[in-house]
Amino acid sequence: MSTTEKPRGTKIEKMTEAALAAPLKRRSFLKALGITAAAVSAPIGTATAVTDKLKDSNFWETYFQKHYKEMSAEDKAQVFARIERETKTTYGVDVHVGDQQPIPGVKFAYALNLSRCNGSRRCVEACVIENNQSRHEPQIQYIKVLEMPRGTLDPERGDLYYEGEAVPKNDKFYLPVQCNHCDNPPCTKVCPVEATWKEADGIVVVDYDWCIGCRYCQAACPYEARHFNFAKPNIPAEEINPVQGYLSNRIRPKGVMEKCTFCLHRTRNGQNPACHDACPTGARKFGNILDPESELSKILKEKRVFVLKEELNTLPQFFYYFD
Amino acid sequence: MGLKSYAIFWFRMITYAFSGGRNFNLWVWFLLLLMAPGFWAYYHQFTEGLIVTNMSDQVSWGAYIANFTFLVGVAAAAVLLVVPAYVYHHQPTKEIVLLGELLAVSAIFMCLLFIMVDMGRPDRFFHVLPIVGHLNFPRSVLAWDVIVLNGYLFLNAHISGYLLYMKYLGRTPNKMIYMPVVFISILWAISIHTVTAFLYSGLGGRPFWNTAILAPRFLISAFAGGPAILTIAFRTIQKFSKMNVDEKVFDLLKQIVAVTMPINMFLLGCELFKEFYTDSTHVASAKYLYFGLHGAHMLQPYIWGAITMDTIALIIFVTPYLRRNNRVFLIGCVLAIVGIWVEKGMGLIIPGFIPSPLGDIVEYIPSLHETLICIGIWAWGGLIYSLLARVAIGVLTGDLKEKTI
Repeated sequence: MSTTEKPRGTKIEKMTEAALAAPLKRRSFLKALGITAAAVSAPIGTATAVTDKLKDSNFWETYFQKHYKEMSAEDKAQVFARIERETKTTYGVDVHVGDQQPIPGVKFAYALNLSRCNGSRRCVEACVIENNQSRHEPQIQYIKVLEMPRGTLDPERGDLYYEGEAVPKNDKFYLPVQCNHCDNPPCTKVCPVEATWKEADGIVVVDYDWCIGCRYCQAACPYEARHFNFAKPNIPAEEINPVQGYLSNRIRPKGVMEKCTFCLHRTRNGQNPACHDACPTGARKFGNILDPESELSKILKEKRVFVLKEELNTLPQFFYYFD
Repeated sequence: MGLKSYAIFWFRMITYAFSGGRNFNLWVWFLLLLMAPGFWAYYHQFTEGLIVTNMSDQVSWGAYIANFTFLVGVAAAAVLLVVPAYVYHHQPTKEIVLLGELLAVSAIFMCLLFIMVDMGRPDRFFHVLPIVGHLNFPRSVLAWDVIVLNGYLFLNAHISGYLLYMKYLGRTPNKMIYMPVVFISILWAISIHTVTAFLYSGLGGRPFWNTAILAPRFLISAFAGGPAILTIAFRTIQKFSKMNVDEKVFDLLKQIVAVTMPINMFLLGCELFKEFYTDSTHVASAKYLYFGLHGAHMLQPYIWGAITMDTIALIIFVTPYLRRNNRVFLIGCVLAIVGIWVEKGMGLIIPGFIPSPLGDIVEYIPSLHETLICIGIWAWGGLIYSLLARVAIGVLTGDLKEKTI
């Protein structure tokens, strides 16, 4: 606004000034106040009506759903039923969403025999199917297998995109990487809303309905274990695994983070993870680290095991060894 | 009476903001026009998901977070006017300090918008609120950031709102009401950029960011780029409004950048030395940024362009002969802003993700949607600042004052 220019907007201003200058009587002021109050309360009234209407609709329930840890048994029943209903509507598939709890005295860990892994990537496939991962756009896979040159254990020197048919190659070895379920997890620490945490049995989980999708945990993870739903997942209806867990393999909403959960819907029921059972060479060993008699405990005691990126002090619960 | 007069103050501020004459209206329409495609793009992003961006599991933050980082610095830079104005009673600065604080308000507003558009689930933003939400404080640095950014917005809005209202009423402001807040806001300004740097430098798995000088670098680059933005804002205000900005303010800003810009370049040099002389495996990201890595070098021209611009700006800022020439100095300001925007925006965020922790090299350049949304948010910020500045100038020049009814 230069001083010489005649402002065009003065009309509005004049009107305002005129309105303000008009003698404002007490009565008319109160009247105006009454009208304002009515104008404000009317939308509140409609809003209440809308709330009533939406009371048992999925939208409302999802929107004000509590954090997993704060849900009562009734809350959970309601939420799980809703998820089952939604899956039925969207995919036409009957699924069961369970709430598998950590078993007292159990802490899970994994050990992988690198001398045996032949790079077939069967674990990757089994994991995708077991855990209802989006097949494409976005393609989500919890396990990445690196083809490593001899003479290094630095994952940065591996090849993620090797061709699968000719494996194993003579001068290479294979390094599968998935969530390390760290005892000092950098990912859960950074989450601004505690949507991800470490459970009593050592499994790092995500409440997909609490995650705000900021992706800070993804930046914090040194193992690329976290995967983001950049769009609504694409899963063929006939391939949906109906045995689901709220904190594990239920179908994820758009815009949230997901990751390996050691198949907690299986492992907390006494089974092994899907990747374990799919391995054709028996390279994968899964078990309870607190049980000294478990095969896993024996491996940790007898083999010369190591972890990835030990210098970061993330204390992985996913161990590797050669024999 | 007090409440009513306050309501009228707001009412008149709003009508005054939108009655700025033809040129001002054209400017507002121009900004609205820039915002329109951004709304379209954001609608798409909101319904389809972040898949419309070029971000990936490997490069999980992009242009939004880059702009966010830069703008936190712009907001923090207001402190460079606040300290001389309120603490050292530098009269010429005192007269325009509100315009600097309102710039901080606008910058924080843009920061919050950039965070909103970056969220996968913006509908769940209330999860960070107390009681209804679950803020992971004090463990998450992002939780700290939520607090310091909103706090800074509140502090600056309080100071400028209170002082403008008093000026409007023609009363002398009560020091007890605003001075304590001013002192808090000075420390707070440092905190917002420190916390934002800690977001990155606290991640052990990202060696490119995991450096102690990140926070000092952020602050000093903010104190180099900030005065450049303030200079341009004040020159514009001087040209297009009745407000007179004393040359002494510009001299002060020149003196500041003459010190901060060399320090900024020095710290950049320290970082480069550490990366390349050590030559450990952690140098990969810096190598990618400056020279390319395994044939991938998308950011290379970008960063060298930024360093060239920074260097020319540096020469202008430290050479008294060049600095004294206002036109040359303005060119220096533009170069410094763009250079720093690149260097601490995309030039810092993207290489942090390349190579990925498992050695994957996935490059990133903003998608059309991201570009339009970014432009839209910058236009939003421009609009907010234009309106705030117009009202503030109206009050400060006595155009807008309480009329006795």
